Amino acid sequence: MLSRTAENLYWLARYVERAEYLARTIDATLRVTALPAAYIGKTNEWDSALLTAGVAASFYQTYEEANEHNVVDYLSFSVDNPSSIRNCIEAARLNSRSVRTALTSEMWDTINSAWIELQAVWSKGTSTREDLAKFLRFVQETSLRFDGSAYRTMLRNDAYWFSRLGLHLERADNTARILDVKYHVLLPEEEHVGGPLDFYQWSSILRSVSALTAYHWVYRETLKPWLVADLLILNSTLPRSLASCYDNLVRNLDQIGVAYGRQGPAQRHARGIRNRLEHSNMNDIFQHGVHEFIQEFITDNSRLGEIITKQYLI
Amino acid sequence: MAVAFDEMNIPGGDLRPAYQELARWLKETPPEALEYRRQEAELLFRRIGITFAVYGDSESTERLIPFDVIPRIMSGKEWGVLEKGLKQRVKALNMFLRDVYHGRDILRAGIVPEDLIFQNPVFRPEMNGQQVPHDVYVHIAGIDIVRVDSNDFIVLEDNARTPSGVSYMLENREIMMRLFPDLFARHRVAPVERYPDELLSALRSVAPLSASGEPTVALLTPGVYNSAYYEHSFLADKLGIELVEGRDLIVKNNEVFMRTTEGLKRVDVIYRRVDDDFLDPLTFRPDSALGVPGLMSAYAAGNITLANAVGTGIADDKAIYSYMPDIVKFYLGEEPVLKNVQTWRCRESKDLAYVLDHLSELVVKEVHGSGGYGMLIGPAATKATIEAFREKLKREPEGFIAQPTLALSTCPTCTASGLAPRHVDLRPFVLTGSKSTTIVPGGLTRVALKEGSLVVNSSQGGGTKDTWILDE
Repeated sequence: MLSRTAENLYWLARYVERAEYLARTIDATLRVTALPAAYIGKTNEWDSALLTAGVAASFYQTYEEANEHNVVDYLSFSVDNPSSIRNCIEAARLNSRSVRTALTSEMWDTINSAWIELQAVWSKGTSTREDLAKFLRFVQETSLRFDGSAYRTMLRNDAYWFSRLGLHLERADNTARILDVKYHVLLPEEEHVGGPLDFYQWSSILRSVSALTAYHWVYRETLKPWLVADLLILNSTLPRSLASCYDNLVRNLDQIGVAYGRQGPAQRHARGIRNRLEHSNMNDIFQHGVHEFIQEFITDNSRLGEIITKQYLI
Repeated sequence: MAVAFDEMNIPGGDLRPAYQELARWLKETPPEALEYRRQEAELLFRRIGITFAVYGDSESTERLIPFDVIPRIMSGKEWGVLEKGLKQRVKALNMFLRDVYHGRDILRAGIVPEDLIFQNPVFRPEMNGQQVPHDVYVHIAGIDIVRVDSNDFIVLEDNARTPSGVSYMLENREIMMRLFPDLFARHRVAPVERYPDELLSALRSVAPLSASGEPTVALLTPGVYNSAYYEHSFLADKLGIELVEGRDLIVKNNEVFMRTTEGLKRVDVIYRRVDDDFLDPLTFRPDSALGVPGLMSAYAAGNITLANAVGTGIADDKAIYSYMPDIVKFYLGEEPVLKNVQTWRCRESKDLAYVLDHLSELVVKEVHGSGGYGMLIGPAATKATIEAFREKLKREPEGFIAQPTLALSTCPTCTASGLAPRHVDLRPFVLTGSKSTTIVPGGLTRVALKEGSLVVNSSQGGGTKDTWILDE
């Protein structure tokens, strides 16, 4: 398959995943900020939304204050923010157009319809909360449809594997970024452990990776910070956990390796990260420092992106 | 201007046989139902993404070509004549090209003037004496046909470079079958869906000798911003071949490879939708970012087939067009089945004088223009436009030809005020492989949607129709 095609498929999946993640982040922030101040403390939740999206620096070049209006606009509709939802969908469509021959008609239809709706319905942004909720649902449904149609209609060959690589790499990055911004509320030695304040912070984290229900199924416990961290980092049954993303990355890279009859640095690097996750437990991670662990992971993960690009995509 | 030939109605109130069933169906179908399905068709086109870009239009970079749901119908007998004429014409085009770049018998015989070839910017001296695989130059031809009466088919234009529009022929049919199954059930319409198969086998058949038994074919596109990009991706998809851009290809030791996730892979046949000028920056325009450096030397070494060949522009040049009847006779010794439009060559002083005297009646076209850009339609133009054109014509007469304003035939078409006749043309696609020439029954019917308009080009507000050849 053409390297350019593989590259487009990989980025297409990344953009769709990122759009969904941004929608979830906004959704979770809206919930948390709807609570009385006593429950969430003095942190500016809109500021941390910007941080988890990795666009805080560019945001403050245009805006002075991180409030609902500004942040929602910047993350959702801004033309200037290269990874706004709107730009993600546009980029996804442009990528789709370049690789139409590698997409099934269902996948193309999903992306193209989303792009049409974006222009027809959402070109002016949203003016009410109700509108915003509808918009966020639209973005999440687009991602679900896209993923579903890829899963149900694509041939299981390199085109599929490269698109999965993009999805899981982006997903791992997103989960790690939430952890990076919120790690302090997960630290067990914080004095106000168990207060209502943290409960909402934890549930907000879980909500942004759609894992609130999953938490209860897995641990059958009330929310505990180290279990939240365990779920998002090490529990490979949760699709958005770092461990699960790496199971998938390794599997898809292996499939590419088998199909092409050779392995390379991408396979080795991914396996290295997966092994580290497999052999860690939360105790060690807390001892080592959650923050450091996450930072290292983010660096390793983006390194894998570079290696994949070099090995296959250019 | 004569009264246009109506393809459905015979003057006096009778219907032509091919349209009888359609007329009955139209009578039974309420106008709302028709309108509803027209809207549905538009929605489908937009969702499938069948759009095109209009250059110089920043407002909307992607537009839909309006689709008219009333099919244009031709009898099998009419098609038979057309098919024979098209094969003859394309055969002559290929022989002409081979001759122009080799022996030049036709110049020595004085049939076509030398300077028209050698001073023509679309003549490619690089192709002199170069062998092209299987001697095929024009693998894909789109011949624009018009009718003015029930007897004759007239060629308006030959497109021998990178003719487009075939995706509309195929998609129009798909959408018609989806929206009007009942109407289909009442006709025996010859299918067009074999086109991609026939195109692929034609392309494979012309692979160079150095290719493996299973030659690799790729479609070269200028990229997503090209106006016909949808068609490129559509065809690559239907053919099951890679859609490549210049940057995906690399030339090594005079062989062409594409960059894949598994390393370099040799390409044997390129169905290129990039113009000659942009193909290879080392040979043609050095500023081209769309091409592949070294492609022409791989071509000269006989390791790659380009379809269509380089230099075919000399055969579809509008100045050469006027010589086509003689070209057909010269190579095939046959009378041309398809007629030409009477053409005045402004480069000849007698013709120029006539044209300048009759500007308000004539259509004047740029010799190298296409897409309906830069032409004058005398009867529809204002005095000022005509005068401006007159100056242009005097300055550079060899850049223009003139033709009478043809009363293009009409077909019933949906308009705001119900069904009404609109002018149409037809572009069938003729495929030439190493052994045979084939044409799927049908083509792209373009329709001028504005009342009285004769310009069918999509860039000028034309639409399309499905074209039915009845299989009797």
